Amino acid sequence: MGASFAGARTLVAMKHVGVNVAADPFMTLSYTGIKGGLVLVSADDPAMHSSQNEQDNRHYAKMAKIPMLEPSDSQEAKDLVSKALEISERFDTPVLLRITTRIAHSEGRVKLYKRIENNRDYKFDKNPQKFVMIPAYARKRHAFVEDRLKKIKKYAENSELNKIELFSKDIGIITSGISYQYSKEVMPDASFLKLGMSYPLCRRKIYDFAKTVKRIFVIEEGDRFLENHIRAMGIELEAKLDELLLGELNIEKVESILYKKKYVKPKEIGRVSPPKMCTGCPHRGVFYILNRLKFTVTGDIGCYTLAVLPPLNSIDTCVCMGASIGNAIGLSKVIPEEDNKKVVAVIGDSTFIHSGITPLIDAVYNNSNITVIILDNETTAMTGGQDHPGTGITLKGNKTKALDFKKLCKAIGVSSVKTVDPYNLDEVKAAILRAKEVNGVSVVISKRKCILIDKESIKRPLKIDEEKCKICDMCIKLGCPAIIKVSEDEMGSIGKEKSIKKDKEKEKKKEKNKSKSENKSKNKSKDMPPVIDENLCTGCGLCEQVCKFDVIIPT
Amino acid sequence: MKNKLKNKMKKVNNILIVGLGGQGVLLASDVISMAAFKSGYDIKKSEVHGMSQRGGSVTTHVRFGSKIYSPLIKRGKADFILTLKNSEIERVKDFLSSDGKVIGVPEGFLDKLENKKTLNIAMIGILSKFLDISSKIWEEVIKETVPSKFQQLNLEAFEIGREGEFFIG
Repeated sequence: MGASFAGARTLVAMKHVGVNVAADPFMTLSYTGIKGGLVLVSADDPAMHSSQNEQDNRHYAKMAKIPMLEPSDSQEAKDLVSKALEISERFDTPVLLRITTRIAHSEGRVKLYKRIENNRDYKFDKNPQKFVMIPAYARKRHAFVEDRLKKIKKYAENSELNKIELFSKDIGIITSGISYQYSKEVMPDASFLKLGMSYPLCRRKIYDFAKTVKRIFVIEEGDRFLENHIRAMGIELEAKLDELLLGELNIEKVESILYKKKYVKPKEIGRVSPPKMCTGCPHRGVFYILNRLKFTVTGDIGCYTLAVLPPLNSIDTCVCMGASIGNAIGLSKVIPEEDNKKVVAVIGDSTFIHSGITPLIDAVYNNSNITVIILDNETTAMTGGQDHPGTGITLKGNKTKALDFKKLCKAIGVSSVKTVDPYNLDEVKAAILRAKEVNGVSVVISKRKCILIDKESIKRPLKIDEEKCKICDMCIKLGCPAIIKVSEDEMGSIGKEKSIKKDKEKEKKKEKNKSKSENKSKNKSKDMPPVIDENLCTGCGLCEQVCKFDVIIPT
Repeated sequence: MKNKLKNKMKKVNNILIVGLGGQGVLLASDVISMAAFKSGYDIKKSEVHGMSQRGGSVTTHVRFGSKIYSPLIKRGKADFILTLKNSEIERVKDFLSSDGKVIGVPEGFLDKLENKKTLNIAMIGILSKFLDISSKIWEEVIKETVPSKFQQLNLEAFEIGREGEFFIG
């Protein structure tokens, strides 16, 4: 925002849920408008490939009363950025460039054009009536926003962003974004109204298009955004089933709409291998202990959310970034004190910096009785290992000051802060139990670099002495992908599957899907000691620590 | 035999690539897409994955031909399913077209490779026999895609796949 206020062209990109966090400035930015063109790229995640909900961010454009563009492929994703910047500057408005998973996670041919350099002087010109949103000024800006929307509506009518492709007189398809590509694939001969600008709508163009075809379909991914707008215009549309509001759109779903066929959800065949905490993951030790202690764990967003799965089964809530601490505060206020003795919040280092500091201040300020474990693996592991303020390196790779978690917690007023090495299970357990004895807010920092960025800590693999193994399966409870029950052949991770099933928390559904081969191997492996895959083992030593019979030894 | 197997160039080629996180599924699809791109096709590539680094199932869709709309392959329309882990075939087999081919890891194939991490490129070697893309382009793309110190290893792996005679189901 500040960069734009000084005249720079600005682009900011985030996921759909990121816009929720940015919604506060975003809504008022609509009032202030911009100086340098400003584009917000929101990548929605229908089907939740790696998200916690599948909200449709097109509603944000309507709510903020700003224009929204939707590219339908990689070429348009590039081209529409410059178009959006142009519109932004022309109408003094931020622009939402809305994409979905299939645009974000696909590649294709892209033609590049000659780069146009802009030689602007970046300078902030004082203009309180525009940039200071006190009520007196904001009221005037609200009027500006309404007037601006009218102008953008006019622009939408004549913009080449909204294209009519006339073919069939029978079927017309109104669509935008990736839905255009699926529709083209299914019915290339239909007539199309492709909305490159999907808010505000080009009403006249839509009426004109509706007159040229007999039947009109709206094909869109997510909510009934276009559909509701167009129905409200009094245009009759072909029906779409509610079940198609769920998940990602695809060719089969579009076929079912256009050909009025029942959409048959594909049967789940075979097992999708769930992701697991890596071998040598520093989080594992903490969750193993929490599982053993039978604690209630308020969780957060990161790789460690995987600890919800068997055999660790030790995440009990996960809502949004920072919610681990907030939820722990809420629980502590209402549940019996005895129960609260068995509650901890866990939050990763980057998530803590993003959204954990303010709730921690709240906890101290409001005399809450909670324990927070900061899982500091010195990176943002889940998104590919980006640096963050705790690592001392900027995203551009430059050195910077590193945030000191311990000092920060002390400054906030946390009663006790203890740093532990998660590769040392006794140390972790002792620290957690001690922290729970503290009256007030206590923090345990579990500090060890993510194994994916710390190749140096990979040690010689371990092995299990088959002769001496008592087959107690304690090591299996670590959920380490390297420890398997039967030798893993080309046909898959049967051993792991089996060990998971053995766990008390096993899911009945999985039981049903058990194939014959698995049954066979189950019998075969009944009395077999687990083995360690030495190609996977990083020698972290956790299994050595949990083995009561000392049969896990170096190779 | 080779000519018989060689797929005639047709309008759209649909290739589904599956495996587990960390096996190099994404790199394999990059290589195939780039080779198709350099051969002048319209091309779309898309990944379906959550946390692919964490050992979970990974699927990528590669489509190329004269004009491609959808980046995703329709069920029952994949010409090839290329897998780096045979157990992953089961969950995607309904994508295969009636005359499609599953290219799984042949028995003993891993032992032929000097470095097991080159399996992805070696498997592309097998697939390459069915695609209308020249050896020169494959070589060029592999050189550009893999880190330079593994270049030779990967080119050799590609040859092992391309030259070998394997039963393809």
